[in-house]
Amino acid sequence: MLVNQFLLLGAFLFCVGVYGVLARRNAVMVLMSIELMLNAVNINLLTFGYLHGTVSGQVFALFVIAVAAAEVAVGLAIVLLIYRNRSNINVEDLDLMKG
Amino acid sequence: MLALFVAQNIAFGVIAVVTCVSAVRMVTTNNVVHAALYLVAVLASLGATYVLLVAEFVATTQFLVYIGAVMVLFLFGVMLTKAPLGSTVSLTGKQWPIGLAVSLLLGGVLAYAIVDQFDFDTELPADPTIFNTADVGDSIFSTYLVPFEAVSVLLLAALIGAIVLARKD
Repeated sequence: MLVNQFLLLGAFLFCVGVYGVLARRNAVMVLMSIELMLNAVNINLLTFGYLHGTVSGQVFALFVIAVAAAEVAVGLAIVLLIYRNRSNINVEDLDLMKG
Repeated sequence: MLALFVAQNIAFGVIAVVTCVSAVRMVTTNNVVHAALYLVAVLASLGATYVLLVAEFVATTQFLVYIGAVMVLFLFGVMLTKAPLGSTVSLTGKQWPIGLAVSLLLGGVLAYAIVDQFDFDTELPADPTIFNTADVGDSIFSTYLVPFEAVSVLLLAALIGAIVLARKD
């Protein structure tokens, strides 16, 4: 197995995630795209852990998974709050802070 | 050079195709529930990738935490926010060409940097150092004890924050 194939897969997933964050209108789908980006990072951590023969890659991948779970919980709570106040989670309509 | 007909490389090819197709469908489909199911496909095939990278415990955690817990949260979010089901409303905003341009640019730069640093001859070691779950646990509770405690406090804060935010008062 090459180092490249895993790193390029991670880069591709990260770019798809960036596209999803920028182009999607539904706030829940923006959160899903963020999950894609976090997983792309995990591939890189595990690949370099394998390459250098160290356990740190796996440990940090586990930390990333834990932080992602916390992020989803708080993010979805915020989305629910926005929906309760505005009956809409279209990120294009949320322009209260626009100058 | 990449030997195509090694079992690991065949497995990687299948997994990579499933991952890429599902990821692209996830950000282009017009149905929120379909997008969640495509995300399940991406996360499951990434779990298989982690097994290829001899990280069994991370793969197990991926299945339990992501496919088990996070996906249920997402489906709850879809249900509670009454997201438009069916393909009547487009879920892609009108700024999608800019997003596509940004992600293509980023992808080009990342791919160039990766191929420049690791050419197509850099192999992963054929007999890697195997770290089983006990080694991972030892490392977490000795070298990385402080980050582990920080993650514990973060999870507690996230739990309390989610309850406070979502509570009706």
